[in-house]
Amino acid sequence: MIIIASDKALPPNNTSASTDSWYESSARQRVENLLDANSFNEFIGPELRETSPHLPLFDLPEQFDDGMIVGYGRLDGIPVLVAAQEGRFMGGAFGEIHGAKLTGLLRAARDIAWLPVLILFDTGGVRLQEANAGELAIAEIMRALIEARFAGIPVVGLVGGRAGCYGGGGLIAGCCSALAVSEQGRISVSGPEVIETNRGLEEFDSKDRALVWRTMGGKHRRLIGGAEVFADDTVASFRDAARFLIKHAPSMSLEMLEAEQFRLTQRIEQFGTCADAADIWRSLGATKPQSIPALPHPDFVALANDLQEPHYVAR
Amino acid sequence: MLLDKILESLFPSGHTVLVACGLIFGRGALADGDSIAVIGVDGRIPIGVDEAALLSGHVLDVIKSGGNEPILILIDSDSQRMSKRDELLGLNEFLAHLAKCLILANKLGHRTIGLLYGHTAAGAFIATALATQTLLALPGAEPAVMDLPSMSRVTKLSIEVLQEKAKSTPVFAPGLDNLAQTGAVAITLDPDRSLAHQLTSVLSQPVEREDSRDKLGKERNGRPKAADIAKRVYELARASV
Repeated sequence: MIIIASDKALPPNNTSASTDSWYESSARQRVENLLDANSFNEFIGPELRETSPHLPLFDLPEQFDDGMIVGYGRLDGIPVLVAAQEGRFMGGAFGEIHGAKLTGLLRAARDIAWLPVLILFDTGGVRLQEANAGELAIAEIMRALIEARFAGIPVVGLVGGRAGCYGGGGLIAGCCSALAVSEQGRISVSGPEVIETNRGLEEFDSKDRALVWRTMGGKHRRLIGGAEVFADDTVASFRDAARFLIKHAPSMSLEMLEAEQFRLTQRIEQFGTCADAADIWRSLGATKPQSIPALPHPDFVALANDLQEPHYVAR
Repeated sequence: MLLDKILESLFPSGHTVLVACGLIFGRGALADGDSIAVIGVDGRIPIGVDEAALLSGHVLDVIKSGGNEPILILIDSDSQRMSKRDELLGLNEFLAHLAKCLILANKLGHRTIGLLYGHTAAGAFIATALATQTLLALPGAEPAVMDLPSMSRVTKLSIEVLQEKAKSTPVFAPGLDNLAQTGAVAITLDPDRSLAHQLTSVLSQPVEREDSRDKLGKERNGRPKAADIAKRVYELARASV
């Protein structure tokens, strides 16, 4: 009888899981399937029950990990630090514990100075029941993230979850060295309902799904240079994107921010008078902009590469 | 306190600060003869892509001109501009870029000081005041993440219920005292004393390398857990390699 007890007998990864939808996966499934099998080691896991000290005041249920998973693992053998938000708990919103875990992780990345960081965004922004703590957590995360990048650490963001990447989450994403986004991965500061509530239905109809995807969705973000890689909605595609972007992530310097200043002011000059995303796509050279929302992943990637080279040096 | 009065009290030896379309740019003379770069937002205007790009451009100009001139950012703003155009153009990148410029300035040796003298909220607050190294405020400043009526809509709790709950915790309701308690605002200035003296005293304090806002929030009983959780994750991550 042969007893197989070696790690080598295990498949390198759960191959069936890697074709799973990123959007449909929980934060834990994303982390497990993104990283090499059995390589993830969580910091302050749910067994420690570090729950929000503020939600009980509102009689709201707590979650043992407060909707944020942080830890250490390997991606294709490369050691990485990982953070993942659970969009199905309080919309993935930043509260005191949730945010502090990511702050601690990024401060460690800055001081270790050689471990790349992956952030799996899935968030509606600040958790209003602890709004001041959440807002400050976002400010602290941004500072630690920028300091880590200044120390030469790649911080790569992956956006494709149910809650999208809104509010302060959008600002943190904008600080990352590079981003991969799927079609479902909306990135924006003000959400559709917020714009509609404040400015009226004529400004933005939040019920118009096509308008929401066109204005904030992954395809538009890739086309205007708001994200480097357009990922398919699978764990495997995000895994490939993460591996690629860790290698290509630019560091932070004065020259880098001057290049970004140029990139962004040029964007206002080029597209500042466009009324709709389709107008922007047309001025980028798309001959049939109305067909872009329905384009399958490989066709869109080809078109995007044709219309706009990804910027790897201006973020 | 009005901007003119604030500038007068901050810079008795003179300044070149101007306000155009709600944006503040210029320089002030410090007591020791050195200058301080001044940028900011006045008149409670929202910060959209255009405003953010102008402000970040000025921060980069200060860095490029060399030296270690401190930067003062004066804030009386609305929230981020909530519009289709701003989101279409990628407002998240513009606000992040502004924060990056302020934090990089700091890393490259410039002291960055925020002074809240009016309103500010949400994304505008994060990209400006909260991206500085030391945040000051004047009494009467009204920082907010979100106003109570909007919060009431989202949380489905009445404003009365929210006001009642706000008595027991500073963690969610708007206002200077609450944000000071959570560690966002380091010092509230005394408007009856010379602001120049108070600014000089802040500038003469040694530069802190670490972001200590979470520790401040713990000391002031505004954020009981953030500092400890961040420290524990930090230590576990460092021990894992």
